[in-house]
Amino acid sequence: MRTWLLILILAAGTVLMKTLGPVLAGGRQPPAVLTRVIALVAPALISALIVAGTFTHGQQLTIDARAAGVGIAAVALWFRVPPVLAMLLAVIVCALLRFAT
Amino acid sequence: MAGRERSLIVRWTPKAWPEGLRASVPIALPVAAVGMSFGLLAAPLLGALPSVVMSAVVWSGTAQFAALSSLSSGGGTALAAGTGLLANTRFLPMGFAIAPSMKGGPLRRLLTGALLADASFVIGHRGGGRFDIRAIAWAAPLQYLPWIGGTVVGVVGASAIGDPARWGLDVLFPVFYLSLLLPDLFPERFHGPSSRGARPQNLRPIIVAVLAAAITLALTPIAPPGVPVLVAAAAALIGLRAPRQSVTQVSAGDEA
Repeated sequence: MRTWLLILILAAGTVLMKTLGPVLAGGRQPPAVLTRVIALVAPALISALIVAGTFTHGQQLTIDARAAGVGIAAVALWFRVPPVLAMLLAVIVCALLRFAT
Repeated sequence: MAGRERSLIVRWTPKAWPEGLRASVPIALPVAAVGMSFGLLAAPLLGALPSVVMSAVVWSGTAQFAALSSLSSGGGTALAAGTGLLANTRFLPMGFAIAPSMKGGPLRRLLTGALLADASFVIGHRGGGRFDIRAIAWAAPLQYLPWIGGTVVGVVGASAIGDPARWGLDVLFPVFYLSLLLPDLFPERFHGPSSRGARPQNLRPIIVAVLAAAITLALTPIAPPGVPVLVAAAAALIGLRAPRQSVTQVSAGDEA
């Protein structure tokens, strides 16, 4: 019973957080100040997601095979290697390092 | 339009597929792998059916893993729910960021907003605060279905396969996000100066991205899961300051 309650709260809360902005502020052009802030939310959040997915494990900061894979993929992307190949490169580097260690 | 010709896969998939669906193809596999990891870890703790239902109705790895780790370290239902929701608070700024790009009545916006996910947000991002809402909606199926499918496989048969976390497919998420962020930060390098006319490099997104990265690193060891990413979103508040003339042109002139 408690498990189902947990699932219900998580589901309802997540949908609420996803939809609050669209319902309250949807379809309207906000003032210029807010537009400038909103334009920067994406670079901020995407950058944070990248760092969290590369250097963190739970609450620990880590530099491991994953970081090496992402690092090499980043260099590849910078030199305009297609994203799919960069992703493949990251997996291969990551797997090789994990096997070697 | 930032990144119409984003990836080889976008070119390989059928032209008839909507753009958001094609753009989400590269992450379907890692989503399934992480879903398997979740099923594997959740089944002993929650039971088989609740684990699958949780993936189907919560549909958020961050919240589900956070709640799970809270439960497994002895936390009660309330604590697990709080931890899970806190981990998802980034959806608040995400929702408000996509809101101005949305059309239609409140119900339609509610339903579209509910389809939001991390990768969809990244896929739909068009730079300068604009989002392709259609792309965000179409990016959902290839994340939702592999997430549930992966969870089912993890719950049922993971003992035979082993923990897919070992395969290292989770490395694909940051690389995928990076492949969509870099062209946005350095448009001249990735699209050439001709695509939107000659314009000065906008330094602000780069500064914000670096600041957000630093905040995430600094807060991770001391804040609960999810909080570092939420606080990192506050780096966007740099936009409160009026930019110099040349930069204004860039952020206001995207629709042109």
